[in-house]
Amino acid sequence: MESSPSLAIRTENVCRYYQMGEALVRAVDGISVDIRAGEFVALLGASGSGKSSLLNLIAGLDRPTSGAVTVHGSNLAALSREELAKYRLHTVGMVFQSFNLIASMSLLENVELPMRFAEVDRRERSTVAHQALESVGLSGRLSHRPMELSGGEQQRASLARALINRPKLLLADEPTGNLDSRTGTEIMDLISSFNHSLGMTVVMVTHEHTLAQRYAGRMLHLADGKLVDDLSNIPSAQAPAPRGETQ
Amino acid sequence: MKFYDVTDLALRNLRESIFRNSLTTIGISVGVASLVAMLSLGIGLQQLASQRLQKSGLFDTVVVTSRRDLRNFREPREDGPLPAESPVLDEPARGKIEQLPGVIEAYPDIRFSTEFRFDDKPHLTMVAGVPPSAKNNNDAFDGMQGGFFSAEASPEVILQKSFAEELLGIKPKPGTDDTNIADLAKPLLGKELTMRYAERTASPTSKGPVDGAAYSVVSRQQTLKIVGVTDVDPDSMRGAARARVFVPLKLAQDLHVMQSSLRDASPSDAATYTSISVRVGNPNQVPAVEDAIKKMGFSAFSLVDATRSMRQFFAVLDGFLAIFGSLALAVASIGIVNTLVMAILERRREIGIMKALGASDGDVRGLFFAEAGAMGLVGGTVGVTLGWVIGRLINFGTNIYLQRQHFPPAQIWSVPLWLVLSAIAFSIVVSLLSGLYPAARAAHLDPVQALRYE
Repeated sequence: MESSPSLAIRTENVCRYYQMGEALVRAVDGISVDIRAGEFVALLGASGSGKSSLLNLIAGLDRPTSGAVTVHGSNLAALSREELAKYRLHTVGMVFQSFNLIASMSLLENVELPMRFAEVDRRERSTVAHQALESVGLSGRLSHRPMELSGGEQQRASLARALINRPKLLLADEPTGNLDSRTGTEIMDLISSFNHSLGMTVVMVTHEHTLAQRYAGRMLHLADGKLVDDLSNIPSAQAPAPRGETQ
Repeated sequence: MKFYDVTDLALRNLRESIFRNSLTTIGISVGVASLVAMLSLGIGLQQLASQRLQKSGLFDTVVVTSRRDLRNFREPREDGPLPAESPVLDEPARGKIEQLPGVIEAYPDIRFSTEFRFDDKPHLTMVAGVPPSAKNNNDAFDGMQGGFFSAEASPEVILQKSFAEELLGIKPKPGTDDTNIADLAKPLLGKELTMRYAERTASPTSKGPVDGAAYSVVSRQQTLKIVGVTDVDPDSMRGAARARVFVPLKLAQDLHVMQSSLRDASPSDAATYTSISVRVGNPNQVPAVEDAIKKMGFSAFSLVDATRSMRQFFAVLDGFLAIFGSLALAVASIGIVNTLVMAILERRREIGIMKALGASDGDVRGLFFAEAGAMGLVGGTVGVTLGWVIGRLINFGTNIYLQRQHFPPAQIWSVPLWLVLSAIAFSIVVSLLSGLYPAARAAHLDPVQALRYE
């Protein structure tokens, strides 16, 4: 696996507490970790261990209660709401367990959506979205609505959408959780290939240890909001070149 | 997001729940329609009233009389010289009054009662001199049969309908008003009428300053050609003394007819007038003109206070109509708030997704604003059309009623362009204001919470 010496993500004693009625939930409780650019990191742990909360903090969807999250040199806690939105738009691409495609839009429109927020010219938008869908093998499904597609196809479309603004980070929250193992493998192969070919930093939340072992170069184990284990790993899967790769 | 994208996404969202959004938009339309219908009626009635009143000369006319005229003692509190010391209302005085700022014209009121002969039968009636400007300013001459006087002092005459009936020997049945004016005019137009009158000539022997016998009276007659017959009474504000025969003012002046009301004699033989009508350009200037004339030592009288209260009445009426119209729009705006808040609940997850993909608060806010604005624009446009149709129907119905009552048709409804534009603008503004709260709420949704929402 190719590794870059530059630092992509640094969390410093980051905490995220929620008030649930009377109880204080320590979802993330003082995690400090450095992730280098181009790394493929798996966040592992049981339900409620805080792995998704940590991912949301890195994604700029949530703000830490204390501590700092620094991504490519900028401290997310210091950004305004507007700047944080810009950060999500240009630096982060996200893939979710439930795909989160917008049901009323065609695949092409779904993939184009982040480019609307980035104010990309209309004609360029269409070309780039076509290419992106082609690169995940969906060039024949451009005008289909998400509900007309299989789970694997939806996740591929959402992957194309996540990468459309050429982000530095790809954050995936249980990307194979709703897929059978064969399509799950397809998706993971795609993610892995983007990690290799684009040098993109990938942080993936999963509770499947075997999946992490196959693809991730590093495995962070979380329990009760704390980092309990930080293991290097040699991924067993050899990433194939993505279909229709245009890079 | 670019404006195009905001509108595009907003319209797409509106189309997604087309039924609910249509209902909301119809709500706005009904609100705007009621506002437009109410205001167009208010404006129409006001225009109708002020047009009629302006043409009647009631509100832009000041009637000037000399204080020497004993009849003016009904205003004893007025400041100014005593009747005996007040100036004479003569031609130089008329000229001075005409020079006052705001005055369009000042012409003497010449009216006298005299005998006419038509088909060798005598008819007694009141005659009045009509200034040339009346052709355009008095709506009684708008719809008449025949035409206005051909020249300033031409020996021509315009008859009021009732006198025309008298000449033809037609007795109108009481309570009916269905004599066709065109039928009356046909046998009369172009015919000649002989007016017998008393000419007042200066007596060469006596030139005493206040001598009642300084003139003599000579009996004369003048042939006049009938050029017009008018339906409406041009002299309606005169009450009992109103004239039924009208001659050019200049002609009446030149004839030096002995006027019954002119009892006092002027020091010279120069024309002395019983009263002068002063036409003012703008009803607002009437009080100033009235004051200036009073300072000259004459009595002045106008109905300007009546216009003020009429305008006040219409301002209040328009206000009430607008409030009632706006009530419907206020209800509609609650509908917009409701629809958009529902849309936030429904699209909560979608908002979360958009935020996760990098949409800013402003993008989300803009989207909801655009949806509210679009509903306002469509609702406003449909509403104005609807209001226009309602106004037309009311106008149509009223005119059928007026026709049955033998009244001329009237435009009681008016939708000026400013009303159309401001109604649409108002609808958009109200919609945007209604969108303020939902848009802010959507923009501040926590994306983590929103994404968790199923």
